[in-house]
Amino acid sequence: MKTDRNNSWAGRIWRGFIAGNSGPVATLSLLIVVIWYGGAVYMNTPWQIDKFQRAKIDWSMTSLVRETLRQDRPVLPAPHQVLVEMNNTIFGKKITSKRSLVYHTWVTLSSTFLGFVIGTLLGGLIAVGIVHVVTLEKSLMPWVISSQTIPILALAPMIIVVLGAIGLKGLVPKAIISMYLCFFPVTIGMVKGLRSPNPLQMDLIQTYNANRWQTFWKLRFPSSVPFLFASLKVAIAASLVGAIVGEMPTGAQAGLGARLLAGSYYGQTIQIWSALLTAAIVAALMVALIGVIEKSTLKRMGIQP
Amino acid sequence: MLGKEEMQNVEDEAGVVDLKTRTVVNCQDLSLTFETADGPVYALSDINLRVEHGEFVSFIGPSGCGKTTLLRTIADLEKSTGGSITVNGVTPLEARMNRDYGYVFQASALYPWRTIEKNVALPLEIMGLSAAEQKQRVAKNLELVELVGFEKKFPWQLSGGMQQRVSIARALCLEPELLLMDEPFGALDEIVRDHLNEQLLRLWDKTDKTVVFVTHSIPEAVFLSSKIIVMSPRPGRIIDVIDCGFPRDRTLDIRESPEFLEVAHRVREGLRSGHSYED
Repeated sequence: MKTDRNNSWAGRIWRGFIAGNSGPVATLSLLIVVIWYGGAVYMNTPWQIDKFQRAKIDWSMTSLVRETLRQDRPVLPAPHQVLVEMNNTIFGKKITSKRSLVYHTWVTLSSTFLGFVIGTLLGGLIAVGIVHVVTLEKSLMPWVISSQTIPILALAPMIIVVLGAIGLKGLVPKAIISMYLCFFPVTIGMVKGLRSPNPLQMDLIQTYNANRWQTFWKLRFPSSVPFLFASLKVAIAASLVGAIVGEMPTGAQAGLGARLLAGSYYGQTIQIWSALLTAAIVAALMVALIGVIEKSTLKRMGIQP
Repeated sequence: MLGKEEMQNVEDEAGVVDLKTRTVVNCQDLSLTFETADGPVYALSDINLRVEHGEFVSFIGPSGCGKTTLLRTIADLEKSTGGSITVNGVTPLEARMNRDYGYVFQASALYPWRTIEKNVALPLEIMGLSAAEQKQRVAKNLELVELVGFEKKFPWQLSGGMQQRVSIARALCLEPELLLMDEPFGALDEIVRDHLNEQLLRLWDKTDKTVVFVTHSIPEAVFLSSKIIVMSPRPGRIIDVIDCGFPRDRTLDIRESPEFLEVAHRVREGLRSGHSYED
């Protein structure tokens, strides 16, 4: 009997693959990996040829490619080298070990979360002030914007020094730096969100003689929720950047930033890249988590899907 | 001022009463000028108007004639710049503070994150009524606009006509004596509009409310109103006041009667005379 190929399980999976997002996403990922490998070979080649010549070894194209992908300190490590390193340091070590990437990630995340919470509260507070008090909009907004034009790399060491002088060390200074990057998107998003009710909605609540407090909780704040979530997605990623940057000038012994710094001191490019990739994955997961919370919150609020 | 209940008592004792002639809105030489970059815009000029208790008054006119501005001035959403105006015997600001009126906007202005019952309860929450009282009033007014069974739905799940009925229920649950309506059915199709017109008329007939209604539809104005105010733009002013004496329990059928057409004709003549064709 002839089986219909289109109805076989493989056919169904294939069609699902083509129809959804997974097809394009997989294609693009594959392309990035291919370019990465090409780049690794290209960038590691000069050193490799040099090595061959000094050892007076005859090399072919095949041996050159093979060797460029297994150097100890490559200019650009190959993807599989980074993955092996990540596997070793994430799953291969006890999570309490100083060599475990889980441990370092946790150290960074704790200041990320603290900074994120403080930054979100501060950002929201500034937004509420700006929306309700005209003089605050005029006086505060320029400072809020100019605060973000100062490179955080220049500011971080000073924050560490100043806070260190008053006895704050470790988690708090890193969280402050993280907060510094995090409050800005929240302020900007919430100012827009708190002003998003349309004139009709504002007029309506005015006809009920509602006071500012009622107008805020019954109209402005609920209107701002979609804006808040958009801001939080940016803010959590910025918090992570802040926490990593905060670990660099402190000579911190632990954290993803410390791993980056140590890696660059000793030319451990594979270690640097695996810390970078871990940071990127953690950031993506946190943004995705906020996305999930956003979806369920908006659904519960009944806002049209 | 008499409370609702007291008034009911007076009516019971004396039958049809003088209270019916109590003035709800009184404008004298009212004017409103907006100062803009291009010079002053005379939105309202020399408006003299009395709306008595129990009347259904419509403002009709082309866009820009100030009919919405006049309604918003009554509601204290705009401030007049000349003349005097009282609402329920006090200034519009005081009337708004007393929550003396319910306002229905051109669009339903429902809050999308609130269910239908929560939307209707919004003014009651702001007034700080007890949960039981809120529940009872919401149920009563949703029944009045024939929306029982939609309490837990969100606004986007309802049609435009239903949304506008929710907004009417929301205005009614303040239990105002004065209902201000700004082209509430303007965005709806004609069939829905006819239906809601009839419902509104029944509502007005059943309760002792005063309605001030803005429209640019002649048949709507003639069908609903006991008094039609014809307005004209530049400056926004009243050019004609037409009394319609149709019975309170009229149905849509009267729109074919000669009396109806006669009033409609007069409104149209008024609008035409006030309209400048240069623009």
